[in-house]
Amino acid sequence: MTTTPVTDPTVAPCTALHHPKDPMLREDRLPHIWCPTCGIGTAVSCFVEAIKESNVSEKQIVVVSGIGCTGRVAGYVQTDSFHTTHGRAIPFAVGLSLARPDLKVVVFSGDGDLVAIGGNHLIHTARRNQNLMVVCVNNFIYGMTGGQLAPTTPVTARTSTTPYGNTEPPFNVPHLVASCGATYVARWTVLHIRRLKKAMTEALNRSGFSFIEVIAPCSTLYARRNRLGTGYDLMKFYHDNSEIRHGADTRDVAMGFQDKIIVGKFVDEDRPTFLDLYRSKGKGDGK
Amino acid sequence: MSDQAVLTGEHFMTGDEAAAEGGLAAGCRFFGGYPITPATEVTECMARRLPGLGGIFIQMEDEMASMNAILGAAWGGAKSMTSTSGPGFSLMMENLGLGIMTETPCVLVNVQRGGPSTGLPTLVGQQDMMQARWGSHGDYEIIALSPASPQEAFDLTIQAFNFSEQYRLPVLLMMDESVGHMFEKVIIPPADEIKLTPRRYTKKKPGEYLPFQAGEDLVPELIELGKGYNIHVTGLTHDEKGYPGMNPETQAPLVRRLVDKIRLNADNIYMYDERNLDDAEVVMVSYGITSRIAQLVVDECRAKGQKVGHLRLITCWPFPEKKVRELADRIKGFVVPEINLGQMVREVQRAAGRNVKIIPVSHAGGGVHAPEMIHEAVEEVIK
Amino acid sequence: MKLWRKPLDADKVKVPHGVVNVIIERCKGCSFCVEYCPRDVLRISEKFNKKGYHYPEAVAEGLCVDCNLCEDICPEFAIFSDAVEETPAAARKESA
Repeated sequence: MTTTPVTDPTVAPCTALHHPKDPMLREDRLPHIWCPTCGIGTAVSCFVEAIKESNVSEKQIVVVSGIGCTGRVAGYVQTDSFHTTHGRAIPFAVGLSLARPDLKVVVFSGDGDLVAIGGNHLIHTARRNQNLMVVCVNNFIYGMTGGQLAPTTPVTARTSTTPYGNTEPPFNVPHLVASCGATYVARWTVLHIRRLKKAMTEALNRSGFSFIEVIAPCSTLYARRNRLGTGYDLMKFYHDNSEIRHGADTRDVAMGFQDKIIVGKFVDEDRPTFLDLYRSKGKGDGK
Repeated sequence: MSDQAVLTGEHFMTGDEAAAEGGLAAGCRFFGGYPITPATEVTECMARRLPGLGGIFIQMEDEMASMNAILGAAWGGAKSMTSTSGPGFSLMMENLGLGIMTETPCVLVNVQRGGPSTGLPTLVGQQDMMQARWGSHGDYEIIALSPASPQEAFDLTIQAFNFSEQYRLPVLLMMDESVGHMFEKVIIPPADEIKLTPRRYTKKKPGEYLPFQAGEDLVPELIELGKGYNIHVTGLTHDEKGYPGMNPETQAPLVRRLVDKIRLNADNIYMYDERNLDDAEVVMVSYGITSRIAQLVVDECRAKGQKVGHLRLITCWPFPEKKVRELADRIKGFVVPEINLGQMVREVQRAAGRNVKIIPVSHAGGGVHAPEMIHEAVEEVIK
Repeated sequence: MKLWRKPLDADKVKVPHGVVNVIIERCKGCSFCVEYCPRDVLRISEKFNKKGYHYPEAVAEGLCVDCNLCEDICPEFAIFSDAVEETPAAARKESA
């Protein structure tokens, strides 16, 4: 395909002031704070599409975020949204969804928030199969605070708290949540926009604990500190190194530093939720 | 157990159970808790009673989860409550702050025990009183109530829910292990005699409504989720729209309002029990279980002809400074017995000033005061 | 797109046409859209916005097929395509 140089003024870019997705965003707060080539915006873009395609109406969606770069998602989506404390998005969402089971509560937070400080809540809520959708944007680092070690940081990676290279083995997060009882576990990168959107739609449409790990580039900190270029280069890495393996055993999906990324839908089961079982006990008689 | 929320009638129950029943009578239908001596019975009572009332009980994985779950449930429209003791109270502090910053109505029961740290799990203390006021980080004001009997545990839990709805913040019920574990008569009135403050929902429509815009009483109105209001609630410093504003210009009016919300409405919040104050020369200031020994001492002093009065704090926070200052102007001194090494006495000192004697009667915890300890202090003031 | 034979239903399938729109001031110059547009419609412009970022522009008209990939992949919600009935060139030919 040959490209003709632009000499014809009618080909100047059509400029616009509003985006088709703006109705689902807090337009008055755009542009958002995420860095150039950060993947979080793309994850939100897929989420907005997923809401449109799901069986859930926009009004029923409540987004709960924690603290961190991904934690700021609650502030940009045009739904009832809550920006809670570090690690506590999940228990807040548990209380909210139990008080209003008619709403679809989505926890949108980062790897540090959900798996480090929030780790206890993550495993127990998965265990209970609470009716929550959890989107964990994994950029392998603590972005907001300047690039510290995360429980997902691969071995040998450099962060501001592992200046000589990380020696701690990271969590294999899909394996962690699956082993705790999550009934839907998937991982996609932000490059897989259509499949990620489909996974989010599936998660919105189902009940039970749905967990989607979204691998996203962190340009300013993870990429820069590890001399991986920018988020653009990381996207090309995802392009060349992702392998789709639906139904893979989650034990096999651990990630090394700049190593193969196995993506796909790993777990999709039906089990009664916490609320189903709680209500099925009937009235307690206290005797 | 019953399908009835309000167990009207006469009961013989502990303070813990009375607090749980008070919560249920107030309309609490969500409880997220974690076991801790001596508050476990509140949790257990809720576990037994809530399913029959269509409510939800969940034992969360830790105290931080409990505090957050009750905040989430409150935003989901439920009246929610949790209970704990010292160590759990410390864990809940960060998210108590989230509740204050987001102005979330809920009730936190602290059945105090000996501290610090693991301390005396099964024995009484009143050592978290200052923590109730200052435990979370940042500037804020709190409402804390101290029951002195299981009957009050019932009544004040209802009052706590009412305050939390009126002023939109988490309200603390600072019980102590003695009241929590003592069995006493509790009279539960008929449901229609219990006055409840309803949740202050706005009548404004989406578009007109600003989540953190307050009226004259400095308390903003709430909404129901899922109605298209699309509110944003954050623990970050925020403007009236709820959007974060990372600058002094947003911080000042917000924090000022959170503090003034309580300070300027304090006259409608203060609750205390005054006895024999009119001609008193010595005033006992006490709360919780200690107030019962204090009252015994007051009666014994009066029998001896000593002019002793009793100011029993029911709301420990906000602290009734004006009342104490007023008394300080005309009495010889205050005696402040507490099961701690001097906490609320500092407030008395602050309010009363230097021209009056203030004798703390400390007890490190694990038991209640012997009346003689308090009599000595009275003698100290009189001489 | 290079095809090794003409599709059997080529006369029945209508290739959609689109026009790329850029919200210039939102762009942060990440180039995801340029890299992943399946029809290579875009390139980074020499021009830049108020914040100094170079935003994308179409290399030529008529290439966009309104697949919406740029719309979905852009982290800044700064680019989208609008469907048009026919390419601008065909439209100009008709009105000429």
